[in-house]
Amino acid sequence: MIEWFHPALLMIVGGLVLPLFKGVWQKSLSLIIPLLVILEVSQLTAGVNGNFNFAGIELVLFKVDKLSLVFGWVFAFMAFIGNLYSLHITDTGQRVSAFLYIGSAFGVIFAGDWFTLLVSWEIMAFASAYLIFASKKQPAIRAGFRYLMVHVTGGVLLFGGIVLHGIQTGSFLFGPLEYGQGGSLAYTLILVSFMLNAAVPPLNAWLTDAYPEATVTGAVFLSAFTTKTAVYVLLRTYPGAEILVWFGVAMAIYGVVFAVLENDSRRLLGYHIVSQVGYMVAGVGIGTEMAINGVASHAFAHILYKGLLFMGAGAVIHMTGRRKLTELGGLYRTMPWTVALYMVGALAISAFPFFSGFVSKSMIIAAAAGDHSATAALLLMVASSGTFLHTGLKLPYYMFFGKDSGLRPTEPPKNMLYAMGIAAIFCVGIGVFPGLLYDLLPYPVEFKPYTATHIIESLGILMFTLLAFVLFLKYLDPENTISVDTDWFYRRGARLFIWFANKPVLHWEQFLITLGDGPGLRTLHRWSERSLQLDTKIIDAAVNGVANTARRSGETFRRLQTGIVSHYGLAMIVGLIAVVGIFMLFGSRGA
Amino acid sequence: MIAKLVNFFGDAKYTRIRWRLLLIVLALIVLADFLIERHHTEHFWDAVPGWGAAFGFVSCAAIIFVSKFIGHKGGIMKDEDYYD
Repeated sequence: MIEWFHPALLMIVGGLVLPLFKGVWQKSLSLIIPLLVILEVSQLTAGVNGNFNFAGIELVLFKVDKLSLVFGWVFAFMAFIGNLYSLHITDTGQRVSAFLYIGSAFGVIFAGDWFTLLVSWEIMAFASAYLIFASKKQPAIRAGFRYLMVHVTGGVLLFGGIVLHGIQTGSFLFGPLEYGQGGSLAYTLILVSFMLNAAVPPLNAWLTDAYPEATVTGAVFLSAFTTKTAVYVLLRTYPGAEILVWFGVAMAIYGVVFAVLENDSRRLLGYHIVSQVGYMVAGVGIGTEMAINGVASHAFAHILYKGLLFMGAGAVIHMTGRRKLTELGGLYRTMPWTVALYMVGALAISAFPFFSGFVSKSMIIAAAAGDHSATAALLLMVASSGTFLHTGLKLPYYMFFGKDSGLRPTEPPKNMLYAMGIAAIFCVGIGVFPGLLYDLLPYPVEFKPYTATHIIESLGILMFTLLAFVLFLKYLDPENTISVDTDWFYRRGARLFIWFANKPVLHWEQFLITLGDGPGLRTLHRWSERSLQLDTKIIDAAVNGVANTARRSGETFRRLQTGIVSHYGLAMIVGLIAVVGIFMLFGSRGA
Repeated sequence: MIAKLVNFFGDAKYTRIRWRLLLIVLALIVLADFLIERHHTEHFWDAVPGWGAAFGFVSCAAIIFVSKFIGHKGGIMKDEDYYD
């Protein structure tokens, strides 16, 4: 009976029930429900449940196998850790939206058909947007709207792709897509929408734009679910799509380069989500059993260490109210536990031996080296050096050590520290006992992470990165700047469009209105007076109708151009970026 | 204990000890790289002792300087009020 009970249902119904409780009851419930979800996931076995026929389409709401279970486990753990971290907040809205967001993420990973996936996908976008709006500051609200705009566009692409795919193949069952089979347009549309959610450049800017603006606790949830569900669906639908190897490698490097330039602590971490998801996207592109194992285990490890890093940076923001590295420093004196726990996450993401990243990331690199090209493996190793440089050295140095900012904040609330502690235990536990994670993976694991060559090579890369960091420290100082990413197209580019709408188009429209009101109407009147003699009733009424319609539509146009057109502008620019993405796909296929 | 450990990495009075410790660790890593047995080598770099060390150092330096060059000369870095 229990395997009928969908974790998504538990989270979503739980989330809707939460507002009925107040204070300590609500807080307790926000921890009990995720614990029940963990229990529920532990009871799940492979199989198909909850399928029924809806208007002639077979819907499979709940399909479980080893791959979806890996994600199910880590989503459940993160649901608990994230809620523990946000236990102190009083904003019920944030708690509810986090529950809906996680619930719909469960909906995606256990979806057996495209429609269930689409509906869950859309709920995720809207529920997560609230976590950005909830910080209530003007930049956050703006970033939240941009976030929604981008994700709604992605949702439309996905919807279009699904409909085309369904019409061409006659099946809505969720599964691998092949180029040419079921239409190349459907293949491309779905791929672009998945790549958008995975933050693959040039479709990455929504992430680094919006996540740093979210609430301290909201960003922890955001860092875990959206990009990783995208990795999951890519694993399901596009394993072995070679183009993803190169997109993934480019992503890993792209995030590292932008992280050098970044001054905002959580935006820097956001660029490292892009970089780390790059490893996973590359692994999907390689598509061998070892690569798929690598991607699944890296996603599992990533959710926990990235959550820990966001919790650490969030704790600093919570206690100091500051997020710019140029305004922080010297906090190690009063926040040693935060420093230590953050560093566990940093060593895990950097793949130090005996930390989680070491046993997961190396599987992807080994898969790349074994199956694919040396170039991909080498470039991923460059990105590894960059990962340690930024999250392990630059960020903690300027946030916790470095010049003394004079700030003496205390440690964050206990619940935040405990949540970080649990995540840290996972980071070390997986690193020391990789078998626990490997047993969950979809394919049998033959990979051995702890060989002398691997340990020495990794330590060599990491510790000499440290040497270079110390020697070139003064060149790395953060600067009071922001970096232009592809969001430029809908932030500045949109203004060009609006200028075009306001100036030349509005002038032309004014001219047409004057023409309509003046000579145009006079002609109409004369004509109607003459025709009055022919047929007073019919013609007169019709002509008045035409004149009124002309005037009304003129007014409608004027209204469009003063306010709402900016939204249309944004939508068009975002669409344009999507088209560029499609073009790039086809371009590189042809090459 | 945690506070002491964190303090060791932050307090300026330990700078010399930190440097010494780092140099010892670096030397040990390179030394170990010459001593370990290599059972199978998949790529040329697996057979080169000290490869990881050199690769890490060069990668890190390249990331710092190339990124800052792109940021400054490529027009990526803008004033904070750029979008306002």
